[in-house]
Amino acid sequence: MQRIGVFICWCGSNIAATVDVKRVAETIKSEPGVVFAENYQYMCSENGQQLIKQAIREHNLTGIVVGACSPRMHEVTFRKAAEEAGLNPYMVEIANIREHCSWIHKDMEEATEKAVILVRTAIAKVKLNAPLTAGESPVTKRALVIGGGIAGIQAALDIAEAGFKVDIVEKNATIGGRMAQLDKTFPTLDCSACILTPKMVDCAQHENIDILSYSEVEDVKGFVGNFHVKIRRKARYVDETKCTGCKLCMEKCPSKKGLNEFNMNLNTRTAIHIPFAQAIPNVAVIDSTQCLKFKTGKCGICQKFCEVGAIDFTQQDTFVERQYGAIVVATGFKPIALDNFNEFGYADNKDVITSLELERLMNAAGPTNGVLLRPSDGQHPHVVTFIQCVGSRDTSGCGKPYCSKICCMYTAKHAMMIREKYPDTEVHVFYIDVRTPGKNYDEFHRRAVEQYGVDYIKGMVGKVYNENGKLMVQGANLIDNEQVTIESDLVVLATAIEPEPSVRKVATLLTASIDTNNFLTESHAKLRPVESPTAGVYLAGVCQGPKDIPETVSQASACAAKVIGLLVKDKLKTNPCVAMPDEMMCNGCSQCANVCAYGAITYLDKEFRIGGGKTEIRRVASVNPAVCQGCGACTVTCPSGAMDLKGFSSKQIMSEVDAICKK
Amino acid sequence: MTKEERMENLNRLSGTDVKKCMKCGKCSGRCPAFKDMDIKPHQFVSMLARGKVDELLECDAIWNCLSCMACVERCPRGVAPAAVVEAVRDTVVRMQGKNGIKAEEIPPIVDELIPQQLLVSAYRKYNK
Amino acid sequence: MQEVTENKEFTPNIVAFCCNWCSYAGADLAGSSRMTYPANVKIIRVPCSCRVNPTFILKAYQQGADGVIICGCHPGDCHYVTGNYYTRRRIALLFSMLNYMGIEKERTRLEWVSAAEGQKFSAVMNDFVKTITELGENKRLTDLRVKEGE
Repeated sequence: MQRIGVFICWCGSNIAATVDVKRVAETIKSEPGVVFAENYQYMCSENGQQLIKQAIREHNLTGIVVGACSPRMHEVTFRKAAEEAGLNPYMVEIANIREHCSWIHKDMEEATEKAVILVRTAIAKVKLNAPLTAGESPVTKRALVIGGGIAGIQAALDIAEAGFKVDIVEKNATIGGRMAQLDKTFPTLDCSACILTPKMVDCAQHENIDILSYSEVEDVKGFVGNFHVKIRRKARYVDETKCTGCKLCMEKCPSKKGLNEFNMNLNTRTAIHIPFAQAIPNVAVIDSTQCLKFKTGKCGICQKFCEVGAIDFTQQDTFVERQYGAIVVATGFKPIALDNFNEFGYADNKDVITSLELERLMNAAGPTNGVLLRPSDGQHPHVVTFIQCVGSRDTSGCGKPYCSKICCMYTAKHAMMIREKYPDTEVHVFYIDVRTPGKNYDEFHRRAVEQYGVDYIKGMVGKVYNENGKLMVQGANLIDNEQVTIESDLVVLATAIEPEPSVRKVATLLTASIDTNNFLTESHAKLRPVESPTAGVYLAGVCQGPKDIPETVSQASACAAKVIGLLVKDKLKTNPCVAMPDEMMCNGCSQCANVCAYGAITYLDKEFRIGGGKTEIRRVASVNPAVCQGCGACTVTCPSGAMDLKGFSSKQIMSEVDAICKK
Repeated sequence: MTKEERMENLNRLSGTDVKKCMKCGKCSGRCPAFKDMDIKPHQFVSMLARGKVDELLECDAIWNCLSCMACVERCPRGVAPAAVVEAVRDTVVRMQGKNGIKAEEIPPIVDELIPQQLLVSAYRKYNK
Repeated sequence: MQEVTENKEFTPNIVAFCCNWCSYAGADLAGSSRMTYPANVKIIRVPCSCRVNPTFILKAYQQGADGVIICGCHPGDCHYVTGNYYTRRRIALLFSMLNYMGIEKERTRLEWVSAAEGQKFSAVMNDFVKTITELGENKRLTDLRVKEGE
């Protein structure tokens, strides 16, 4: 038999002024199951809590209802008090008679009547409450960072500094990412390599950081605190432990015609190569699609010359399996392909280039050693035209519907740098809107216009065509309401950026949600911007949305703070109000797994007795309580009604409905 | 017809949502007949959005538009400036009333489905 | 704000399902801002609007509720990412079923109220009570079985 205690709080005059608390307590006393009902001025005070604890002990209460303020305010307080008195904290229900009653009603009669109903409803629910225990799961004190760009580097360094082990998995042969390709960074114009490479070295030297370059995440199992990750280490045909990075092999390699991805294919590289001078790890890699040894079986020159014997043509992909407590996704971006934008003539004209290509052309370590030369004839361009929003803000289906956010600033940077280095060069920029929110950002853009004399034209370019070796850029000048054609030597397209395509696979492995543009979804757009809805997975950099370096670094550090906050815990307390299937009713239809945003539901083949000494094996749903967040989407989806939510069970809600409707 | 009705009519005939325009001017940047048009392609969209219907109905640009649809092809927002030009052209031709086919003789279903360009040529063809 | 003048003969009984993260907090805010709405509205707290099984709503009508309102986070703001989208679809289906049963569409309502929209919560409740008062008592689905103590 249930023994329910009811405690009605006055909240000073907050409740007592409009609700006749004594009458509520008196009326409730006669409810079936209620053995104790009391009212007190401040239930949440020390004395009030004492009153509750004493009543629980003296009357052997099996459940209590507190008629007081919102459960969002003091549910935790009363649960704690109950626990101290030896009652399961989940045997406490709150009837909200302040925010939902006394504060919004003026008539005492009406408010008291409603308060009685609200308390009755809570009693109806608490009668069906079951004692719940928060589960515990251990935390592996190691973090995984997927992606070795500036976001991954920053997150890894911050986590490692706090004393936790971090592994960076990078799919390319070196860490550094896109930032390593940039020449200068806005709005201060400091050299990208000068600020990035020291951080890369820090990563390599940090005792807590392990860099797994040329590797990809192959499989992820487990959940927050206990991820089990399988990592593929791609064969680089060079022994990482032996290679000293002397580059002798690169000098001797006869296959020199491979496109240099690091330089945006603007020049060539050898089959065995180190991506760039400051690469971390400074270890060569063989491009097996280009290497003569792999193509013809004859060559192996590098092997002959390598003094440390690091070259191994028989190397195979290997797999590493490790446990992690938290995962940071920092997979970054790439510029979109321009196949849908024939009007800009990118495919037909060598001198129409993307902004990232321009970065390499202006970089001292780039194909032209930092001298700006046209790719077609190696001449210095005298008129350079920039076109912004190429593929961004496009809802016609050719490009991306979002604003790529960084293009306005880097175009201003490029225009400024060209004007500074080559004052004889005319620079035009076609823009739709100039979007430069950020500290010192608009000032930067205005400097390009006012001090460097960059010609900004409000309007979009309709077509770029080649006429007698000149690039004709035809566009609108909307301010002057005219059509202009600019004879240019070099055309630079501020190409939209998109998440690195491999992020889809990573998101699927992690059951992290992803939007239609392949950006990973954050848990809350405003209040939880670095957490994925999947517990234990955090997002840094462009994989979550377009952002520049300062924002990426902030987000990466925020991720690190969240990861550290998770890893310092020895055990995780799990929310006990989670979904639970009735295995006898479950028919294994998978409907619930389809609606679960967290991937908390899996299926097991279980053996059931079916009578007559026989058993049968059925597929039934199984909820991982560490992953389930308790939203209840699965409970309603379940066609057989097998799924229920602890703490908010169907029976409990039904009885609440009954209590409210009872006349 | 009131001004609102004429505006509504142009919106319906063109079948394009002028609110989608983000004022980039790519249509005017691409237009091969740009210099012969007294009202430019991007202005057709913005003027219709602002209800400047009378100015549109009086312009000469509708007779200079080549209907090459380059503006429609290039628009990043899926707006069709050429369709607005056509709608204006069609409205003007109907208002002239000098046609072999009379506007009210066209069954409504045809009116909705047939390309406006075709209707305009039909008016011209049966003009005797 | 519009106050509802209650019909003395008929006071509707209204069940409101509010999601814990947005609408329940919105109702709290309405309370702490002292924005009044009629006492006929009684709130049931659920973790997410997607926890509201359509059978709960049918049960409410069967037990004599005159109106049911479900409040959730705004689309895109769901604490559980996609929960309110499921709610939206389920309720759309429920509407056609209620229509078939002859229960007026206006008796059931789905509203998005954020934790910051105390004013909206109160306005929605005032409006809903007014609508239900005009519609009158719900008799279509009342439980005709003999009740306890009868």
